[in-house]
Amino acid sequence: MILYELMDYDTLRVIWWALLGALLVGFAVTDGFDLGTGALLTAVGRTDLERRVVINTVGPVWEGNQVWLILGGGAIFAAWPQLYAVSFSGFYFAMFAILLALIIRPVAFKFRSKHESRRWRSAWDWSLVIGGIIPAVVFGVAMGNVLQGVPFRLAPDMRIFYDGAFLDLLNPFALLCGLVSLAMMLMHGAAWLVLKTDDDVAVRARRYGLVAAVAVLVLYALAGVALWTGIEGYRVTSSIVTDGPSNPLFKTAVSQTGAWFGNYLAHPWTMAAPVSGLVGAMLAVLGLCLRWERVTLVVSSASIAGIVLSVGASMFPFILPSSIQPSASLTVWDASSSHLTLFIMLIGTCIFLPLIVAYTTWVYRVLWGKVTASDIQDGRGHAY
Amino acid sequence: MELDIVGLSRLQFAMTALYHFLFVPLTLGLSVLVAIMETVYVMSSRPIWRQMTKFWGTLFGINFAMGVATGIVMEFQFGMNWSYYSHYVGDIFGAPLALEGLMAFFMEATFVGLFFFGWDRLSKVSHLAVTWLVAIATNFSALWILIANGWMQNPVGATFNPQTMRMEIHDFAAVIFNPVAQAKFVHTVSAGYVVASIFVLGVSAWYLLKGRHGELAKRSMTVAASFGLAASLSVVVLGDESGYLSTEHQKMKLAAVEAMWHTEPAPAAFTLFGLPDQDARETHYAIHIPWVMGLIGTRSLTTEIPGIHDLVDLAKVRIRQGIRAYDALEQIRAENSVKAISPPLAERFEADGHLLGYALLLKRYVDDPRQATDAQIDQAAWDTVPQVAPLFWSFRVMVILGMFFIVLTATFFVLSARRRLDAHPWLLKVAVAAIPLPWIAAECGWIVAELGRQPWSIEGVLPTAVAVSNLGVTTVLTTLIGFATLYTGLLVIEMKLMLKAIRKGPEHEHVRSPGGTVPILGHSGMLRTAPMISEE
Repeated sequence: MILYELMDYDTLRVIWWALLGALLVGFAVTDGFDLGTGALLTAVGRTDLERRVVINTVGPVWEGNQVWLILGGGAIFAAWPQLYAVSFSGFYFAMFAILLALIIRPVAFKFRSKHESRRWRSAWDWSLVIGGIIPAVVFGVAMGNVLQGVPFRLAPDMRIFYDGAFLDLLNPFALLCGLVSLAMMLMHGAAWLVLKTDDDVAVRARRYGLVAAVAVLVLYALAGVALWTGIEGYRVTSSIVTDGPSNPLFKTAVSQTGAWFGNYLAHPWTMAAPVSGLVGAMLAVLGLCLRWERVTLVVSSASIAGIVLSVGASMFPFILPSSIQPSASLTVWDASSSHLTLFIMLIGTCIFLPLIVAYTTWVYRVLWGKVTASDIQDGRGHAY
Repeated sequence: MELDIVGLSRLQFAMTALYHFLFVPLTLGLSVLVAIMETVYVMSSRPIWRQMTKFWGTLFGINFAMGVATGIVMEFQFGMNWSYYSHYVGDIFGAPLALEGLMAFFMEATFVGLFFFGWDRLSKVSHLAVTWLVAIATNFSALWILIANGWMQNPVGATFNPQTMRMEIHDFAAVIFNPVAQAKFVHTVSAGYVVASIFVLGVSAWYLLKGRHGELAKRSMTVAASFGLAASLSVVVLGDESGYLSTEHQKMKLAAVEAMWHTEPAPAAFTLFGLPDQDARETHYAIHIPWVMGLIGTRSLTTEIPGIHDLVDLAKVRIRQGIRAYDALEQIRAENSVKAISPPLAERFEADGHLLGYALLLKRYVDDPRQATDAQIDQAAWDTVPQVAPLFWSFRVMVILGMFFIVLTATFFVLSARRRLDAHPWLLKVAVAAIPLPWIAAECGWIVAELGRQPWSIEGVLPTAVAVSNLGVTTVLTTLIGFATLYTGLLVIEMKLMLKAIRKGPEHEHVRSPGGTVPILGHSGMLRTAPMISEE
């Protein structure tokens, strides 16, 4: 295998950093609307019929959407093994909470309407609400902690030691990020419901969507101010070999106030990410008011993508900073897989990601159109 | 097993894996059976086959959701509970997992929605294509997962990089075409087909006993019996291939499964029955069949199969070599430099580097393996022997059940060919009672494969005791109890729903005609009014 040396190790690392962002955006945009839809279920659906309408809008697609997360997990494992190891074990209980939600959701979708009892259905409805809220909040809280640095150490043999307690994760800035994340999922879920339903459900969804979109604007701006004034960023202090072996301990780094804004100043084009986050949410407000159903979903997606990418853009080249041993921080240049693995995985991605996008698009087109109460009563084409 | 952090993490992984594996085999097999039924429907246009597709599809759907839910836990757990493992082998092990998502799971999860929601939106042929895509993708999922698992049993194509302190890939083709992985894939997938076939056979037999849905039941039995016969034959033949390969790659596992404490002159005898005693290091009341083991394990009359004592002696030698590699590694690490390692040091490491994992076996007893006493080396060498009794018994239960499945499916295959499926009620009762047995066989197979790999998480490379995350005992205990509670609750609910769906039987088939919907198949499964079938 000489072929892989055609691409430089450092180029591959940057590509995989971008792909990591793409997968996170893919997850936040697709699974985002069905998490949001789940979270809004009891608020926008008052009767059993209305709730079945809501559930059936995401019924055929939530499984595929959730795979973005599974694929994201697999890709982090394959391309950024040390990131996978540190974050999943460091955020142990947070991951556990996400897992509980992700176990409950598929089961709730499948099982809810298989039994007539009201108590049965209402129990599963609330599981969907909680199962939608928990991952949304936890992902945001995790991002908030990543921005502040996570208390882990690396021993010389790369064993990971973690000095934080679960409750430390719930600090004010992280909770603010959790709320940003929740608000954007709710905005996105509402945009989806406005597009896919009619009558009362759509009216209520529009109302919740407006509140959520305004919340995204305010909370995201607030988080930006907090990051500027109160949160320390990180900076590499030694020289760094961009195509060297993946050993984080070969460099040194320190924390520094304002470091997270260095990239925006040095490369103003990266400002596109936070701007898209804010403008997208503004346009979502506008779209909801003016009843541009499709536009709203698109701008809401743009807002989510911008917010997710802004985290990556401000931290580059850091991926996971350490607050207690800054030199052990994981960066793009020293936490990746080997040259060959990154290359093989890139080939796999180039073949299969376009295919995934193609058949997902086809499935959405087949399922195009609103889900109405009479469809559900007919029982035609709606499984839940 | 001690309930320290290693023991608890293993317990949690074993529990979640065994639980996940309750759903996977049925999903694997039912996806193909359902696709076969729908193919018959599309080719014959007979609505009973559409009804069968939908009925077994519903059961597939309930099961699929549970498989997805429990599968996510498996992927996350490597990072959560086995973080040193994730760092140490992520460069190789992560790739098949990611490719599984890219190539198989995405397709399966995207199209499974259309399978249920697309009946009225797709043409007959498009819907059939969707069903086959689900079935194919499901089976591809299994391929990638077993490539990952096969690498844990036979870690080919990778070497240790002292600068990054982890295994790194050098030959990706070797990982994919790993013979152990290939043998495991066909064996496991066939096992899934057996599970689903016996499930369909048993449920249909129950309908026949109750005198319900006769048409659906008989046709389903015909499909299940023929598919199941082929699958159970292949599961046994390919299981034998697995056994043959472990003679080559996992000698200790084979010796433990056979409770073979001492090397016997070739060809070795097969122990039909016995009570293996780990402490006394012998097997009581053993009943031997001469020659058989030698033939299965080596396919020759002259090759010896090494016994446990000899393998432990070999492990002692390897541990000492591993310590030399560890010493070289410590000096490399002391340099802590991004620059290339000095050639003499690199050479010293390379001499014994492939046995570094054996030095890590000592980590349980001493922080620095170089300080280990002879007694500790002996102890570590004996640690390479897995739990003999559970392996010995799980293997025998699995094999006996495998043989039984051949007989059972063959019987119904003959009955079906003679159109006498309902002639012998006692046989139908046997088929109903047999429903849980393939699951027992499948779980036994998992125990043989994974318990037999201990004390290694990666055979010969990374001991399980070293692979865990540094978590608190109470932390893991909390999630262990959490998973156990949730899983038990869900299993009860899933069983209830499956039973409810089975008791309810197939849905009335509605066929749209210009005048509205006309029910053509009644609840009893008899044809009521079906003069003309005008579809779509």
